[in-house]
Amino acid sequence: MDEIKDVILAYVIDEYASEGDEIHYDTPLISSGLVDSFSMISLKRFLEMKYQISIPDEAATPETFDSVEKIAALVQRFVK
Amino acid sequence: MSYDERVRDLYRQQLEEIRQAGLFKQERFIHSPQAAEIEVEFPAGAARKKVINICANNYLGLSSHPEVVRAAHEGLETRGYGMSSVRFICGTQDIHRELEQVVTDFLGTEDTILFPSCMDANAGVFEAILTKDDVMISDRLVHASIIDGMRLCSAEHDTYKHGDMDHLEKKLQQWKDKRLRVIINDGVYSMDGDAAKLDEIVRLAEAYDALVFVDDSHATGFIGPTGRGTAEKFGVMGKVDIITTTFGKALGGASGGCVSGRKEIVEMCRQRARPYLFSNAMAPVIVAGVLKAFEILKRSTELRDKLEENARYWRAGLTEAGFILKPGDTPIVPVMLFNAKLAQDFSRDLYEEGIYAVGFFFPVVAKGQARIRTQLSAAHEKHHLDRALEAFIKVGKKYDILGKSEEEIVARYGL
Repeated sequence: MDEIKDVILAYVIDEYASEGDEIHYDTPLISSGLVDSFSMISLKRFLEMKYQISIPDEAATPETFDSVEKIAALVQRFVK
Repeated sequence: MSYDERVRDLYRQQLEEIRQAGLFKQERFIHSPQAAEIEVEFPAGAARKKVINICANNYLGLSSHPEVVRAAHEGLETRGYGMSSVRFICGTQDIHRELEQVVTDFLGTEDTILFPSCMDANAGVFEAILTKDDVMISDRLVHASIIDGMRLCSAEHDTYKHGDMDHLEKKLQQWKDKRLRVIINDGVYSMDGDAAKLDEIVRLAEAYDALVFVDDSHATGFIGPTGRGTAEKFGVMGKVDIITTTFGKALGGASGGCVSGRKEIVEMCRQRARPYLFSNAMAPVIVAGVLKAFEILKRSTELRDKLEENARYWRAGLTEAGFILKPGDTPIVPVMLFNAKLAQDFSRDLYEEGIYAVGFFFPVVAKGQARIRTQLSAAHEKHHLDRALEAFIKVGKKYDILGKSEEEIVARYGL
């Protein structure tokens, strides 16, 4: 689980962080405006390709994607 | 449900929240034609004041150009006031098709379709040509109308960091399994005044089998050696698949826009683009005015050359005075103030000095990036720019920001 969290955190920092932004496991991503709802789709796709899983659209909500911790928990549900 | 006090209060509360956030927009009434100098009533009821306008999209000074006004009069006389129809029922006159051909020739594309505005062109084009099997990859700073258009489209959507070609390449690799990939950019970004690197974007599009879309609203008529736009500036005319642009800025500034590009894509818009199908044809009077604007541009590059020289002069003057500017070589020159309240106060003081320039701050630009956006025009003469510069320096001294670094300004005024 920690490994998944670190992979997601690294991706989020690389994709969305600006200079000076601090992002942790529990930092709100969508609700804080750091990640817009469009970008959420590319994050979902990254996870699906990385872990060879398929996350149904109804499971990928702004709530389930709102922090690295929450995303990791979601991914965990679909990893075999 | 009736429009009772409860509903009224609901909206009053929302409006109050907008006011509290400092985001309440107020119109200023202009009592003269659009020009370098205009007569303004602000706030409502105040005495009229003659000010230099340095925030219009009147890049080529054609908004009140006598030839354009005369052509519009003639259009009104010979083709009437309105069409009372969408294009495909009984709203297409000979001059609508003529304008489409003129735009096609000017931009070096295959075909063009007119829309009531470029906002409508952007709102309609993606849905008309893409499906869920495709992907739109847009620069993160594209115009709001493009974002709205993408929201209406079922294709997947991804973004790349502003102007970051490595990131764009990564995204193109990531989406290589889609039927179509479209790279979506503004030609010139209206808030920062920088241009999309279209030569590199076209190269990536060729390498990864993608289409290129550019909204050239802040470029058509004046960017590039003969004003053909960003594609001309970067030597890729004919290689941009979809160009949207407006007639509401440099080209007379009235209204109207278009999609210009590959002929099948234009035809798909004619069949499927909802803002085209369900709104009226452009008014003949405007079509006639835009036709004249293009005629003036094709006759000589005098206006775009003067605009370029004005932009260079203005940028050099502000830089020498010690202001921090966003780098670039377009007629959009953002003067960076970083703090939202400072930008508002600065704009108010400029107005007192007879200069009309507006402050922009979050959410229109990123937090801590507040600015006064200045826009040059071929209608500006040197004396206008000198007077404006004098006012900027006076107000700059008042707030003690001349020659100061970003860190120093932020330390004093906050973000």
